[in-house]
Formats: sequence, structure tokens, C-alpha cells
Amino acid sequence: MDATQALSDLKEISSQIEAAVVLDADGSTIASTLDDERGRDFSQVVQELLAAVGRAAGNDEAKLAQAEIATEDGSVFLVRDEQRTIAATTGPEPTVGLVFYDLKSCLRSFAEEKPKPRAKKKKDEADGEA
Amino acid sequence: MARRKVMAGVALALGSLAGTVAFRRRSGRRRDRVDVYFEDGSMISLADGSAEASTVLPLARRALETTRS
Repeated sequence: MDATQALSDLKEISSQIEAAVVLDADGSTIASTLDDERGRDFSQVVQELLAAVGRAAGNDEAKLAQAEIATEDGSVFLVRDEQRTIAATTGPEPTVGLVFYDLKSCLRSFAEEKPKPRAKKKKDEADGEA
Repeated sequence: MARRKVMAGVALALGSLAGTVAFRRRSGRRRDRVDVYFEDGSMISLADGSAEASTVLPLARRALETTRS
């Protein structure tokens, strides 16, 4: 699924999510629900947040899978897989389990992205040769 | 006798009000926290006021401001 489409679907499914961004393993932005400037700023803060959460948690043996940073103004959610991180913001006191579920589903939709089939091309080539 | 009952009622009402205010303040403070879940299934919760959370919470507030500006 297209990254922008996946985030658009996420916002449609989860009314609690205000904004979301998907980052690659190297920290580059894959997709964002925000405009260019705010998307860049949000991605930057998310990277700082990931580093700060990692330092604060201080668990060297296990990798961080997900986090919720809750404040009176709202929450920031972080969910990671091997290759990507998705970050999202919500209002105060969100339904935590539901937001994590929606974010994981969104990340899975990236992971399940399949390459375009090549079989048809081979068949066309074979037809051309015949 | 009646005056004593009124005084007791007022004291009870004031006590309840003070308790409600204290509870709301406490639960409001408890709202700020960092919950971190690891791949091995373990989880830690860093409360507001701890040294660890104090580096994370301002960044989260900044993230929220950025998305809402």
C-alpha cells in the first residue's frame, strides 16, 4: 500500500489520531499527515523523542517496541518494527490499546507491501519470441 | 442540637469538597507519564517528576505543539 494512502486510512479509521508520521530506519520521513514544514519539524522532534525514550528506559537487553508519552495536553505514541517507526499524536486520555492496535496495523500494511509481479512481463517476452 | 447537626453537615460537605479537589489534583498530575514497552514483553512506566521522564515529557509537549500550530 502507498505510504500516504496508509496514513490517510489510519486517520480515517482512528478518530483519536490527530497527526502521524512514518520514519525509515535511517530517520528519513516516508510519509506524514502534516504539510511539508510541520511534517519536517514533527519528524525531527520524533527522532529526538525516540533517542530520549531509549536513554530514559535504559534497557540495553531488549529493544523498544512501543511507547506512550502522556501529557495533560495529549499523548504521543511511538511504534517500531525492524525497518520503520510510526509516531502519532492524540488528545488527552486516548484509548491506548486501540491507538496502539491501529498504529501496528498501519505499520504492517507497509511491511506487507508486495513487489509488482514480473510473471506477466516474462509471458509477454515469450509471446514476442514466438 | 439542630445547630450541631448543621455544623456536622457543613463539616462533612467541606471535607468532601477538599477530598475531591485533592483527588482531582493528584489524578491530574498522574496523567503525565512515559510508558515504554519492549520487544521481550517487559514494560516500564516513568512518572512525571522522575529524572528519566523529565527529559522525555518536554519533547512530547513540543511534538504536540508542532502538530497543532
